[in-house]
Amino acid sequence: MEQLIQQVASGLANGAIYACVALALVMIFVSTSHINFAQGEMAMFSTYLSWQLIQWGVGYWPAFVIAVLVSFVGGVLIERTILRPLHTAPILSVVVVFIGLLAVFNSVAGTIWSYLIKEYPSPFPKEALDLAGLIGAHQVGVVIVTLVVLSALYVFFRYTPLGLAMRAAAQNPVSARLAGVRVDSMLALGWGLAAAVGAVAGMMVAHIVYLEPNMMGGILLYAFAGALLGGITNPGGAVLGGFMVGVLENLVAFFGNVIEKQTGVYIIGNGEKLTVALIIVICVLTLKPSGLFGRVVVTRV
Amino acid sequence: MTAFLEVSGLKAFYGQTQALYDVGFALEKGGITTLLGANGAGKTTTLRAICNMVRAEGRISFDGQPIVGRPTESVVRLGVAHVPEGRGTFTTMTVDENLRIAAYTRGRSAKADVQQDLDMVFEYFPRLKERMQQQAGTLSGGEQQMLAVSRALMLRPRLMLLDEPSFGLAPLIVQEIFRILRRINEESKVSMLLVEQNAALALDLADHAYVLETGRVVMAGPSADVKNDENVRKSYLGY
Ligand SMILES: Nc1ncnc2c1ncn2[C@@H]1O[C@H](COP(=O)(O)OP(=O)(O)OP(=O)(O)O)[C@@H](O)[C@H]1O
Ligand SMILES: [Mg+2]
Repeated sequence: MEQLIQQVASGLANGAIYACVALALVMIFVSTSHINFAQGEMAMFSTYLSWQLIQWGVGYWPAFVIAVLVSFVGGVLIERTILRPLHTAPILSVVVVFIGLLAVFNSVAGTIWSYLIKEYPSPFPKEALDLAGLIGAHQVGVVIVTLVVLSALYVFFRYTPLGLAMRAAAQNPVSARLAGVRVDSMLALGWGLAAAVGAVAGMMVAHIVYLEPNMMGGILLYAFAGALLGGITNPGGAVLGGFMVGVLENLVAFFGNVIEKQTGVYIIGNGEKLTVALIIVICVLTLKPSGLFGRVVVTRV
Repeated sequence: MTAFLEVSGLKAFYGQTQALYDVGFALEKGGITTLLGANGAGKTTTLRAICNMVRAEGRISFDGQPIVGRPTESVVRLGVAHVPEGRGTFTTMTVDENLRIAAYTRGRSAKADVQQDLDMVFEYFPRLKERMQQQAGTLSGGEQQMLAVSRALMLRPRLMLLDEPSFGLAPLIVQEIFRILRRINEESKVSMLLVEQNAALALDLADHAYVLETGRVVMAGPSADVKNDENVRKSYLGY
């Protein structure tokens, strides 16, 4: 029983990270209908920036804040310079650009910092956050930080005029323009926020998966699955979906272990948890194509 | 002296297809002008061209400033509020949010100011007040049209472009909306450019009328004259 709770708790911590990346994907998707395949590599790059700052003697949290701000600006600039000219381009060209971005970030990071795996510090004090040994201090910290970030974003989008204008621009750009909203600026802002949230996820997960240019690959996949599971058109749903995928993967491994112990037959374990979790997600999507909490999108032809 | 809104030699294009060939008209400050014409004549396109929602060539000046080529949102910020064909509701947002988007655009942070605008809107459309927390997509057609006009009002416009406000509505609701449009014109001093299929109603409300045919103005004059024109009577008024 205790082990089960432990697995769920650490699943929530992983899920928090998937939730952040899923939210970043959704923020760009709702306003452009594109999946930013480079989201993970952008987060990885932000994480290296913070690591570099820490190497230069900057404290963890100042480095964290600077990396988030730089990522925000970077996201805005990428939208303005690289994606804006592609507004009317066919989907495949945009996909190619995203994949190009992914490759560029990956190889630039590799060139500057090498592909060697690096340790990345955890900012959370061991003693203060130890929940009866159930779950590590870092994992508790991750959940707290992501919850703070997600709540701040919720308040921003739900209660501030700028957040309202961004939602309007995403939902109905033509009407938003007619209400005087500067839709292009809102798009750029959305990219900035997505990059910033991704950066938070990267810096939180780097202590767990270690820092290296390919560190976000699997995470992007999980986050994508979470976003689809919750509903790619619904930010709240995507966040929940991220958490669900995190818990799901741990439960798969846990019950695989239980079965092995009781019957001696090995069916699934840690190695297969990604596969099984994704299969479950696919099954859900077959039954509910728009995700658990997504709106059914009707395309007029 | 130039008119408040002055359009001349206006051409407009959807990709390669030309929709307007030579449209010209003028609207006096405080006046109501209507554009009539059969389906596909180019009425909607003319309104879109004013807000730079289609590619356009020619001259459009608003309050003395040329506005061809200005981004839509910047034309809007000059005081031109467009109530589009199809109403342009933000369907998954509440009525309240639909109204506040426009208030944000005017750059007013003061809460009291927004409240004042909302009160003005409720005075014209009391029904919206009860529906503030309802999802806008679930409003009836008539209520959505009221919301669309209200959204435009929240911009405190000097000119309203109205694209078939009577579309799909029951006659009683249409009359209600037209009565309110007249009040808005008189009380809030908003000039109006009205596109309508319901020519009888439009000619009653407007002081000037222009008739479009395949992207050209074929007739113009004070509403009373246009109403008495035999061709207009046959084609648009049905008697
Ligand atoms: N989005 C578009 N793409 C291509 N052609 C268009 C588009 N919208 C309108 N047109 C064409 O432009 C011409 C004028 O259309 P417009 O919508 O301005 O007519 P309208 O007078 O508003 O008609 P209605 O009374 O039916 O609304 C039509 O021939 C139409 O087919
Ligand atoms: Mg039309």
